[in-house]
Amino acid sequence: MMLVQRPIRVLALASSGGHWIQLRRLRPAWLGCDVAYATSNAGYRSEIEEEEVAPGLPAPRFYSFPDASRWQKARLILQLLSVIRILLLERPDVVITTGASAGYFALRIAKLFGRRTVWLDSIANSAELSLSGQRVARYADLWLTQWDHLVAPLGKAGPAPSFRGQVL
Amino acid sequence: MIFLTVGTQLPFDRLARAVDNWCAERPDHEVIGQIGEPGRNGYRPTHFEWWPFVEPSEFVRRLDQSSVIVAHAGMGSIISAMLHAKPIVIMPRRDEFGEHRNNHQYATAKSFSERPLVHVAMTETDLPSRIEAALRSPAASAGDDFSRFAETSLIDAIRTTIVSAGRQGGSRSARQ
Repeated sequence: MMLVQRPIRVLALASSGGHWIQLRRLRPAWLGCDVAYATSNAGYRSEIEEEEVAPGLPAPRFYSFPDASRWQKARLILQLLSVIRILLLERPDVVITTGASAGYFALRIAKLFGRRTVWLDSIANSAELSLSGQRVARYADLWLTQWDHLVAPLGKAGPAPSFRGQVL
Repeated sequence: MIFLTVGTQLPFDRLARAVDNWCAERPDHEVIGQIGEPGRNGYRPTHFEWWPFVEPSEFVRRLDQSSVIVAHAGMGSIISAMLHAKPIVIMPRRDEFGEHRNNHQYATAKSFSERPLVHVAMTETDLPSRIEAALRSPAASAGDDFSRFAETSLIDAIRTTIVSAGRQGGSRSARQ
């Protein structure tokens, strides 16, 4: 019998636009991992398909899910179902997100299954932490802000985000 | 060429109108725009060619062709302009006008006002002079030192968490 370590499975997920662009700038963090990407604009597929793949690693997979804002209840449910499907298909060891609602869903569900979770608050949140980030903080193994001055505990004894730098 | 973009969500009529007005006075400049879905009562510019949305690959092509970007103060637009070393004029969406769900773009505009190549128009009144300033700004080589990736310290922090998932048994060994 021989034990072969398989690469760590990473799911990197964010809504399209600024969240996605910031998420993509983190990719050296999962170099050598077996990675899947998910976002709300299927148009980003070619960007992932064109990505160079290190020898011995599977090509990154790509998923899309429906876009939804905080007030679109029906769309939020569709988005939640879509995120559940992606997690079931991927069974990642680690989930990394920059937001927004879909990232919240992904982290909550991943944590239910005891997976590692990373939330990086968007650099756009320079005056206050994002609402979804605050709500998901307790389910994040690593909760990051990109602004040093926002490092403070939530409430009196709540979790505090860490600052380790910016995506720029 | 000037490329206007308002991001992938809501339209931003105040900016589209301001650019349209500028265009009317400066017909010598070619402008194209991605302005969102205007809807029934939304503003439809008449002095430049526009689309509601463009595909990501098309977006990159348009960005490449442009000499100046005009955009809402969204991170996607700002980072894209920096990556392509293009001067960018940003105007923040305001929640009191129903342009966004909060005023975070106002904070973004302020925190990026000192960056090279970034020109901030806090309101539509400032926009013409900011566009003119961006047009005068030297064709930048600043993109040469703009990294394609996040800061190393941030990447390292995330990598440490990923690797710990492997040790934790996340990377279950397979029998062969």
